[in-house]
Amino acid sequence: MIAAVFFYLFASICVASAFMVIAARNPVHSVLFLILTFVNAAGLFVLMGAEFLAMILVVVYVGAVAVLFLFVVMMLDVDFVELRQGVLNYLPIGALVGLVVLVELLLVLGGWAIGENVTAAITAPIPPAADVSNTAALGALLYTRYVYFFQAAGVVLLVAMIGAIVLTLRHKPYVRRQSIAEQNARSKASQLSVKQVRSGEGLSQGLQ
Amino acid sequence: MSDFNLVDFFWTWVWPLALIIIHSAAILVILMTVIAYVLYADRKIWAAVQIRRGPNVVGPWGLLQSFADLLKFALKEPVIPSGANKGVYLLAPLVSCVLALAAWAVIPVAEGWAVADINVGVLYIFAISSLGVYGIIMAGWASNSKYAFLGALRSAAQMVSYEVSIGFVIITVLLCVGSLNLGDIVAAQDTQFGLLGWYWLPLLPMFVVFFVSALAETNRPPFDLVEAESELVAGFMVEYGSTPYMLFMLSEYVAIMTMCSMGTILFLGGWLSPIPFPPFTWVPGVIWFSLKALALFFMFAMVKAFVPRYRYDQLMRLGWKVFLPLSLAMVVIVAGILQYTGWAVK
Repeated sequence: MIAAVFFYLFASICVASAFMVIAARNPVHSVLFLILTFVNAAGLFVLMGAEFLAMILVVVYVGAVAVLFLFVVMMLDVDFVELRQGVLNYLPIGALVGLVVLVELLLVLGGWAIGENVTAAITAPIPPAADVSNTAALGALLYTRYVYFFQAAGVVLLVAMIGAIVLTLRHKPYVRRQSIAEQNARSKASQLSVKQVRSGEGLSQGLQ
Repeated sequence: MSDFNLVDFFWTWVWPLALIIIHSAAILVILMTVIAYVLYADRKIWAAVQIRRGPNVVGPWGLLQSFADLLKFALKEPVIPSGANKGVYLLAPLVSCVLALAAWAVIPVAEGWAVADINVGVLYIFAISSLGVYGIIMAGWASNSKYAFLGALRSAAQMVSYEVSIGFVIITVLLCVGSLNLGDIVAAQDTQFGLLGWYWLPLLPMFVVFFVSALAETNRPPFDLVEAESELVAGFMVEYGSTPYMLFMLSEYVAIMTMCSMGTILFLGGWLSPIPFPPFTWVPGVIWFSLKALALFFMFAMVKAFVPRYRYDQLMRLGWKVFLPLSLAMVVIVAGILQYTGWAVK
């Protein structure tokens, strides 16, 4: 019963805040509502017993991706009132597209039939939940049966990251940069020289 | 409902719920009291290093200083800047404070003494502390002030950067333990060698990385660029006063204590006795835990007192070019050693 109460709590907040993402006037408020949606989705994951996924959703999406979102939106100077002006003109088209997608989804899911033995055929044997924790079960599957897919996903992400760096990295020749190694390699001998100055004479050859 | 039994209803629904509420209330009250004295200790240690007296007026030796401050903050008038985004402005300190306190739901201060003993305890704390950045960004943006905004940007970048190395440090410990449960992490350090068997010794470089990253993650000096007063006045909380300011202050210190507890659990054997035979093992675990966490806090306070503030680019360099490769390499090394020596937990 408590699980049901929490399900409706998380689900209703999730749907309401998802609606507010598109309805909020201020873009920063939209992103904050998006974050609320993510957190509630994580709550739903916990209710389903997918505790690892829930935590990863919070760490990755809420803790990192949405922070960058928020940065970008805060920096942008977008006049959203202007952007919203044509909203009534586009509303029928948007509604039509949404309706078509909804009907298609309903048709597909309504006519969905799963074969008798298909679960056994496509999935690895799932150990009983009491024996092994969620995280261990995921790890045992991900690093054995699906290790190549896992590595391939990693490589794709790496390529994307390097691509982003290559596209945005600019070396400006006129910007003075610090070389930490050079600074740390300085010694007393190379930087300091002690001169004996006779009184009344001063340094004859300047301050070299 | 003919078979409705009030006694059963009480034991299955009301009592567990009441137990959780009592647990939570107890941990909040104790935590708040500890925070009050930790704040006092922080100021006293800082003063002692600088050969000052520190707070010494309110109560004997100034022991009631924190409570006087609390009263002052609570009784002052909150001022909301006219250009501020009111809702977000007031939400920000609440978000900070609630998130900081939520982490304490899973911290086991002694064997089995946690409000919630969940399987993914470490990940939960990591996730909650990665959310802490929102309070700061929201405050910086909603204040509608350039200092606050700059402070918030700095802080967000800093917290996101150091989270990465903290994540890798946690992974090395988890590799050795084979579980994400905080209780299991402590239990795995329970060897016959006492304090030499805790993970600070075999994973010493990671302990150092964790400590420095924890300083940066909680915006403590020498990494307090968020509120570098010579540059940004007071950073993201420049427009805040009275109770909202107090909530920020509170969440900062709660986050510091969370990090100290994390360090205690991951590297200092949690509630275990440093010398693994009686009479030392008769001492309740909660006392060992508190002593270790407070010792870590003492280090935090000392660092604040005698390390000058980093420059922002140095901070970023340390995070991304020193700690990240170091911790990544350690993950590979530890995993390799565990695999090839067969020490890995099956």
